[in-house]
Amino acid sequence: MSTETLNPKSEPSRWSRAWNSNMGYSFRRNPVAVVSMIVFLLIAVASFLAPLIAPYDPYDPAQIDIMNSEYPPAWINGSLPGFILGTDDQGRDLWSTILYGTRLSLLIGICAVALQAFLGISIGLIAGYVGGRLDSLLMRLADIQLSFSTLMVAIIFLAVTQAMFGTDTFNKYAVVFLIAVIGVAEWPQYARTVRATVLAEKKKEYVDSARVLGFGPMRIMVRHILPNSLSPIFVISTVQVANAIISEASLSFLGLGMPPSQPSLGSLISSGFDYIFSGSWWITAIPGVVLVVLVLVINLLGDWMRDVLNPKLYKG
Amino acid sequence: MSDANTDRPLLEIQNLEKRFDLDQGFLETLKFKQGRIVRESRSVHAVNNISLEARKGEALCIVGESGCGKSTVARLVAGLLTPSAGEIRYGGQRIDNLSRAGMQPLRKKIQMIFQNPYASLNPRMTIRQALEEPVRHHNPGVSAGEVRDKVTEVMMSVGVDPSWAKRYPHEFSGGQRQRIAIARALTVDPEFIIADEPISALDVSIQAQVLNLMLEAKESRGLTYLFITHDLSVVEHFGTRVAVLYLGSVCEVADTQTLFSNPKHPYTRALLSAVPQLKDDRPNHIRLKGEIPTPINLPQGCPFQSRCAFADTRCKSEKPKAIHQPDGSTVACHAVEEDRLEAVAAG
Amino acid sequence: MSLLSVRDLTVKFAMRDQTVTALNGISFDLAKGERLGIVGESGAGKSITGFSLMNLLSRPGYIDSGKILFDGEDVVQMNNKKLRNLRGNRMAMIFQDPMVTLNPVLTIGQQMIETLMAHRKLSREEARQIAIVKLREVYIPSPEERLEQYPHELSGGMRQRIIIAIALLLDPQLIIADEPTTALDVTIQADIMELMLELCQSNQVGLILITHDLGVVSQMTERTLVMYAGRIIESGRTREIINDPQHPYTQGLINALPQQTLPGQRLKQIPGNMPGLVSIPAGCAFNPRCKYATDFCRSRVPETEHYGKVEVACHEVQRLNSDEDRQEAQA
Repeated sequence: MSTETLNPKSEPSRWSRAWNSNMGYSFRRNPVAVVSMIVFLLIAVASFLAPLIAPYDPYDPAQIDIMNSEYPPAWINGSLPGFILGTDDQGRDLWSTILYGTRLSLLIGICAVALQAFLGISIGLIAGYVGGRLDSLLMRLADIQLSFSTLMVAIIFLAVTQAMFGTDTFNKYAVVFLIAVIGVAEWPQYARTVRATVLAEKKKEYVDSARVLGFGPMRIMVRHILPNSLSPIFVISTVQVANAIISEASLSFLGLGMPPSQPSLGSLISSGFDYIFSGSWWITAIPGVVLVVLVLVINLLGDWMRDVLNPKLYKG
Repeated sequence: MSDANTDRPLLEIQNLEKRFDLDQGFLETLKFKQGRIVRESRSVHAVNNISLEARKGEALCIVGESGCGKSTVARLVAGLLTPSAGEIRYGGQRIDNLSRAGMQPLRKKIQMIFQNPYASLNPRMTIRQALEEPVRHHNPGVSAGEVRDKVTEVMMSVGVDPSWAKRYPHEFSGGQRQRIAIARALTVDPEFIIADEPISALDVSIQAQVLNLMLEAKESRGLTYLFITHDLSVVEHFGTRVAVLYLGSVCEVADTQTLFSNPKHPYTRALLSAVPQLKDDRPNHIRLKGEIPTPINLPQGCPFQSRCAFADTRCKSEKPKAIHQPDGSTVACHAVEEDRLEAVAAG
Repeated sequence: MSLLSVRDLTVKFAMRDQTVTALNGISFDLAKGERLGIVGESGAGKSITGFSLMNLLSRPGYIDSGKILFDGEDVVQMNNKKLRNLRGNRMAMIFQDPMVTLNPVLTIGQQMIETLMAHRKLSREEARQIAIVKLREVYIPSPEERLEQYPHELSGGMRQRIIIAIALLLDPQLIIADEPTTALDVTIQADIMELMLELCQSNQVGLILITHDLGVVSQMTERTLVMYAGRIIESGRTREIINDPQHPYTQGLINALPQQTLPGQRLKQIPGNMPGLVSIPAGCAFNPRCKYATDFCRSRVPETEHYGKVEVACHEVQRLNSDEDRQEAQA
């Protein structure tokens, strides 16, 4: 019997493991990633804590006074104390509205991506693992879906639903509709990526080993192949969240998304757009900057993650 | 067949064939030839009409060079591939056409060890998870304590400290991973193990450790092995019987001792003489001309004819049949059959 | 004077939080036309030795100290221009995987002719003629046609022959071959080994053969270095090392081979694993796996000493041998 020695150090905690892993290390060494992460966390935390930190509730008509409309931000002459970023055309505090709007945008973005991921990962796993005719069928479906642009599909779908249910009902369920349409329109991105990784993973011996042990296809797909396909899923998820936020903003800007009474960043930009030439540029510009910064930091994080998780650069 | 338990070999392979289609899908099979579009699909003839058997307690080795189809045979027996033709029987029962559910009881009996210990363990599972999974799967309703005991027992038996169970495969060296892979195969208490080049990715000193482990398991558990390798010195040490494969066909099957002391097929002779020897420094090997042809266009006749020094017109037209020899071996060679080898060697 | 003389070569790797020593004070000589084997398991530092000899180490590895005198000139101190002249022209390297070494998008001819023209003042036609001669030397049938082919059109053995031909193209004085036959089948390996032996002998080319296969070393080389965890632990004439190894590790390595045990018996295994570069044990690196290890072995790194017919780095080599003698006397 051999006596192999591996120094019996105590098991490191999950957190220190993550910190000392390659990913943690490259994160610490990459200032862009660190700054992006900080900015993203700031925006995310602030927006999700909106009900606590916002001075006003933009959804509460009792707190809105139309007489307060179009006051400029605090650093411009003629501002009203209490409204740091000024007010919008309806007299809502812009700072509070942006916080709530960012929360909505992030929520829709993340939920839509969760839906995309669920659809895309299931379809991609099945297509890649089962292969053959089913694979061809599912991938052709994905190709067809991809050949329509997301916005086109969304515009048609949302316009039709708006006409069908009427504006009131539509406005009530706008969040759900937006999540559904953005989620469904973009699943092929996931399905294709997942399928490609599954095809690569399927050839590895641990999958054969699982098959020889008699495990069923469901178990092999979910317990064995999926955990090893997560890296590319993470990478596209970040990019997709950014894309979904932009899609949502575009749709809202076009009047097919969130109603002005429940503004997301997109509808806020849209509502301010009418006043941009009358001098009230801040109603559009400030939410616009927030949107750009949010999408930028998410994309920067995605770039960093792609570099770290790239299997060609990192073998492990 | 008076007594099925003693007379019948544990594993029987009869006229096994496997072809892989190179052109998949209808469009790929269309080719442009001589001004016309013809439908033609090429295929790799990986295994051609192989018949072998392994008795209980035996270590049947399959040797051959890359591309001879030895791994394909292993994967066919393991049920990872389905044969294009032929039959595989285990304990008298035909297993090559079973459904996944029908295969389930056999999965406990037939296990496989793979070549690359860096790929055969799921990198995202701890050792404990990897070892407990098969026990749970094949013994539903077993208590957590019993599963843990079983895993501890198996880990001890392969020389892996059970306190490492929380670690992930990447924290182990190649030799340790191969031990863990063997442990995983042993968790279901198999009786037949297919080992596909289990030590060729390991260092020399580690190879000895793993080989010893496999010998130990063979003795203590009464295992039967189908051992795939290209390393003849390992075969001589480990195997009880050897089958030499060339281009998907069996050249020679013999007891290990018979094969090494008295190789008959010209290819077996060349193969044996090519092994670098430690002690004598005069390389004195039988030089083979050319290299293994691709298994896409198999030559008519004997697969070895293009490199054989004894090939004549009969070898080029007629595929030799496996013929039993007085010393118990089976050789597929016209020259051996006609006793031409010794004549040429003498003359 | 020897062709190559390595003195106290130390190679380090700058890791994330620490610097590890991959080669620790390697010294050896190689005479003109001599064939030297470097044996060891993965992680022993044998490939790193090969790379450092041509000053080919890339980040994070670097030569920390030591001298590599090739024909009297220190390779470590050479500037890039001199290095370019050295590599290929006077020293050539053959790698394990022939598919990676050859550029897949260039024909064999382009690769050979361009190498020649980069180093010598030759016309294209002259270079072509030399290429054909070299291909013929490695027994490649119809070399004129091969020049027009791409690497993927050739078999593994053929590719390795072409790589040898390319290595010989500029008539180097030394060839460093890193596991040249490991990726090949046994019958092809035997051919390639015979070919390399023949070429080295007839052209008086020195050979450093890096391999894990003791059988290959035994047939190809005159002298052998055995490496373990970044140090040379035993060196001497190949015959002596194979027939009468002195260091416990070399003994273990040879005894672990299946040929050394009767069929069906347990192999004589060395327990444990080669230590990783970050966790090389104090004292003799082999001590945790060595059955002769004493406290002295665990604290002091053994110096290389002359013992019997070989050089060996082991504190216990004397006791070990007297034990053996006693056992033999008893038997």
